[in-house]
Amino acid sequence: MIPASHRRLIVLYAIVAALLISLGGRLWYLQVMNGQSYVRLAVQDQTQTVITPAVRGQILDDAGLPMVDNASSLVVTVNMMNLAAQSDGGTGVLHRLAHLLGMSDKLLTEKVRLCNAQVTQPCWPGSPYQPIPVADHVPDSIAVQIMQDHAQYPGVSAGVNPVARYPQPNGANPAQVLGYLGPITAQQMKQQHLPTTGFSGVDLVGQAGLEQQYNQALQGTPGQQVLSVNSAGQQLGVIRNTAPTTGNDLVTSINARLQGDVQNVLSSTIRKAQLQGNTHATTGAAIVMTTGGRVVAMASAPSYNPSVWTGGISQKQYRQLVGKATGVPILNRVTQGEYAPGSTFKITSTAAAVKAGYSLSGTYNCPASYNVAGHNFLNDGQKSLGQMSMHEALVISCDTVFYELAYGIYQHDHTRDNVVVSPKAPMQEMQKMEVAWGFGRAPGIDLPEQGAGSIPTREWLYYLWKGNAHTGQNWCKYGRANGTYVQQIEYQDCHYGNVWEPGMAAIAAIGQGYVAVTPLQLANAYAALANGGRLYSPRIGEAIISPTGQVVQKVKPPLIRRLPVAGSTLAYIRDALAGVTTGAGTAAGAFSGFPRSKVCVAGKTGTAEVFNSSVTSVFASFAPCTNPKYVVVVMIPNSNYGAEVAAPAARQIYDDIYGLEGHKAALPGGNLPRGLPKISSSGSITAPAGYGGS
Amino acid sequence: MNLGTRDYTSPRSPSFGQKRRSLVLRAVAKDSPLRRYDWVLLAAVVALSLIGTLLVYSATQPSADPRSYLIKQLINVALGVILMVVVSLLDYRQIRLLAPFVYLAAVLGLLVVLSPLGSTVSGAKAWINLPAGFQVEPSEFAKIGLVLVIAVVFGELRDGGRVPGPKHAAGVLALAVIPVVLVEREPALGVLILLLLMTFGMIALSGLRLRWVAALTAAGLLAVVAVFQLHLLRSYQLDRLTSFLHPAADPTGTGYETIHSKIMIGSGGMFGTGLLHGPLVTASFVPNQQTDFIVSVAGEELGFVGCAVIILLLAVVIFRALRIAARADDQFGLLVASGIALWFGLQAFINIGMTIGIMPVTGLPLPFVSYGGSAMFADMIAVGVLQSVHRRHPVFR
Repeated sequence: MIPASHRRLIVLYAIVAALLISLGGRLWYLQVMNGQSYVRLAVQDQTQTVITPAVRGQILDDAGLPMVDNASSLVVTVNMMNLAAQSDGGTGVLHRLAHLLGMSDKLLTEKVRLCNAQVTQPCWPGSPYQPIPVADHVPDSIAVQIMQDHAQYPGVSAGVNPVARYPQPNGANPAQVLGYLGPITAQQMKQQHLPTTGFSGVDLVGQAGLEQQYNQALQGTPGQQVLSVNSAGQQLGVIRNTAPTTGNDLVTSINARLQGDVQNVLSSTIRKAQLQGNTHATTGAAIVMTTGGRVVAMASAPSYNPSVWTGGISQKQYRQLVGKATGVPILNRVTQGEYAPGSTFKITSTAAAVKAGYSLSGTYNCPASYNVAGHNFLNDGQKSLGQMSMHEALVISCDTVFYELAYGIYQHDHTRDNVVVSPKAPMQEMQKMEVAWGFGRAPGIDLPEQGAGSIPTREWLYYLWKGNAHTGQNWCKYGRANGTYVQQIEYQDCHYGNVWEPGMAAIAAIGQGYVAVTPLQLANAYAALANGGRLYSPRIGEAIISPTGQVVQKVKPPLIRRLPVAGSTLAYIRDALAGVTTGAGTAAGAFSGFPRSKVCVAGKTGTAEVFNSSVTSVFASFAPCTNPKYVVVVMIPNSNYGAEVAAPAARQIYDDIYGLEGHKAALPGGNLPRGLPKISSSGSITAPAGYGGS
Repeated sequence: MNLGTRDYTSPRSPSFGQKRRSLVLRAVAKDSPLRRYDWVLLAAVVALSLIGTLLVYSATQPSADPRSYLIKQLINVALGVILMVVVSLLDYRQIRLLAPFVYLAAVLGLLVVLSPLGSTVSGAKAWINLPAGFQVEPSEFAKIGLVLVIAVVFGELRDGGRVPGPKHAAGVLALAVIPVVLVEREPALGVLILLLLMTFGMIALSGLRLRWVAALTAAGLLAVVAVFQLHLLRSYQLDRLTSFLHPAADPTGTGYETIHSKIMIGSGGMFGTGLLHGPLVTASFVPNQQTDFIVSVAGEELGFVGCAVIILLLAVVIFRALRIAARADDQFGLLVASGIALWFGLQAFINIGMTIGIMPVTGLPLPFVSYGGSAMFADMIAVGVLQSVHRRHPVFR
């Protein structure tokens, strides 16, 4: 016996004890202290989720005619988990499939490989458990072959995938209003907490227009299949299976028949303007609203076919949509186009004058020119027309009357604040009235794209000057005291750009200068005038209806405010506008021969002169003259007088609404459908009772 | 050292005489070897084996025929216990005489493995195919063979010295090198490391002077550095040895087993999901979960409590072996018992350690618990040797 051995045995005891205790400690750490986090990892380890995209809801017109619905596209998908279980790893199946689809072996193999940092498109960016779409719009014959010959194509299936379709009833294609679908962005994915397949071609969301605004309602809920899998990725069973739910349908107040007519009127008007020599007239906007704030038709020219978005837009197509040469067809000029309203703006100027104490029963002088603080302002080249009532000033659209009114108001309107360099200077009386009518502020319509226009308040001027005196357009750098006309203006703007001058007040009163409005704002203001002073936030959506026909939500145009104008003043203005389309009115020519006895149209022409460019032709109107129901606004930039271009277009639109002068009535008797279209659970849509529709 | 008193009536060895008595009478006789059994050791070993059998049954649920695994492992345990009893009945001087043959047989087995008769399972050529579908893994028997032969060398110093010197240590090293080289050819890195550590431990326990032990330690460390510096390891071996430190670097490759074994064990929590109810076991996330990764199964299904019971039972086995070593009559008995304790202790630590991410993943089963016949037989033979040493110590005091 060796004593050293016994001593060293004790060391061995200690070592063994230490080893075993460290094992126990580590197990305690893993199982007891961190058990929960490993439970979560374990759940991840053994499940995989497969997403089935939901069928998107339709966008319908007020009678239930679909403007966006779903077409089915036959899509071939490959389930790589099935293929991997093949003895050859699925290469044989892929080879046969590539041959069948007329695709190269290489391309197909690339399509089904997984993307990672090294592997770039074509590849599959989603989960490997997700069936991978490899071809769409496949002919029926190929789909049938795949489905029947299962032994040859295990793991391959052909299924129907819904894709957006635009049926364009009666040519109705409010492309910019409908918007489009695009791949979900990472940011949207974060916001919506939606299960996504990770494949941009499947995870589409509305990226503009109604599709974006009502995306939540339209998109439905994707189906989710939670599979239990083993370490080899083989499916062991289905833990949970939730079927996708189809998205809700959106019923809009747009009337497809009228929409198609308005589009035609707008494009033919632009064409006619071009033929008359206004070669720059390539764009335009037209809107029909109810006086209650519902949009019945909205057309923006040039337009485009929204099906270019289906299945992914090409670079070339996208450039055409946003290109200047093609007129930026993606732009909704009704809500985003900002134009000088011209004389159509005189309704707010009249209201402001009454508020400032000018009498509606007084007489006003209409000279050939009016001197405002040393500058002569002409009445559009006309000779002196003498004394007249406010009614007549509106009917014949005398500019000098409004110059005088604006200058008069200017002189008693906090003149000291006009030179204050501060964003906090109070708003001018005239501009206060314009803002109250909804100008200079986004109208809050249910579209993501909407402009606010501009009203030259003192605050607005301050920011314009601040943004452009030394930065932006940098007036102070380019301005010359005696350079070109533009340089002179820049020089003046550099030094006095923040100052509210009498000349500005005068031309703002006739809707020019710094004033810019969207056709929607103008229509909305005329709706408020027509309905007795209620300014609504316009709405296109009317109701959201579930696929089973239940009304999920009704949409009503919310009231923004009542105009700060007496009802009698509004009635006086309406009466004056009724005179515009007859007698000596500026639109009398455009409406000559119009069956006024059937439908009386009240309106106001506008011709906004824009420096270095042709004029914007504007006509803002409502009908009937008493108890008005509809507002029609047409704006054609770079064309001619409002009476020459826009007013005749509006006349045609009224013809289409009421079925006058040989036109077919889009809204028979001038009545909109009563109630909502009925959607049955089988998917068939019935127009509201008494309304001949689908 | 006082090892307590025993009430022997006769100093005679039971191996001699009484040839006429029946087996039953011999078993219950006062001088019966059973009376001098270490029953605690036996109970712990049987308990471990039965827990192991249940775990093997659970671990093989994803396979086509878990029942056959259960039956095979039960047969393995039964045969193992019989082997243990037979060995324990041998006088351990007989064992000493047999030791060189065991060693030689194991070395021969390792040679046969490398011949065309050997068969490869998961990358290591470690098995010999026998008729009727049986397989033998000689490296398991190399462990007991090496322990025995080292104990023989150090147990009777031929040159009459009191304490073994560097000559003896060199001889032991030479004996160890043969199976180590053969195991390296398979390759079975885990067995190789275990054999080296066991050899080193037994040299240290042999009573060799500390300065020589220190020199050997230094040489060993140098050799380890040289192995890494000269890239003597196969690249997969190097990956295996280091990947447990950062398994996430290659989650589907070398880090796979470490990651998923940890998830299995960690998700078991305090009490586990219950036997046969582990979802990750059912999904067979970790390969070889009935053999090398049996602790992962225990971790998920039996939780911390179940793992602690297994570790405690292993502790009982190892500490009983050390106790037997401490009480052994002679140097051979001490070295055999402590060598076996070293073997079980190191193998258990390496095996459990790899399932919980503190040791590299090398192919070593958990003694008594993992599925496999050769390992069970070798382990049980070792327990038989322990029993024999235990039984003998009063006589050869």
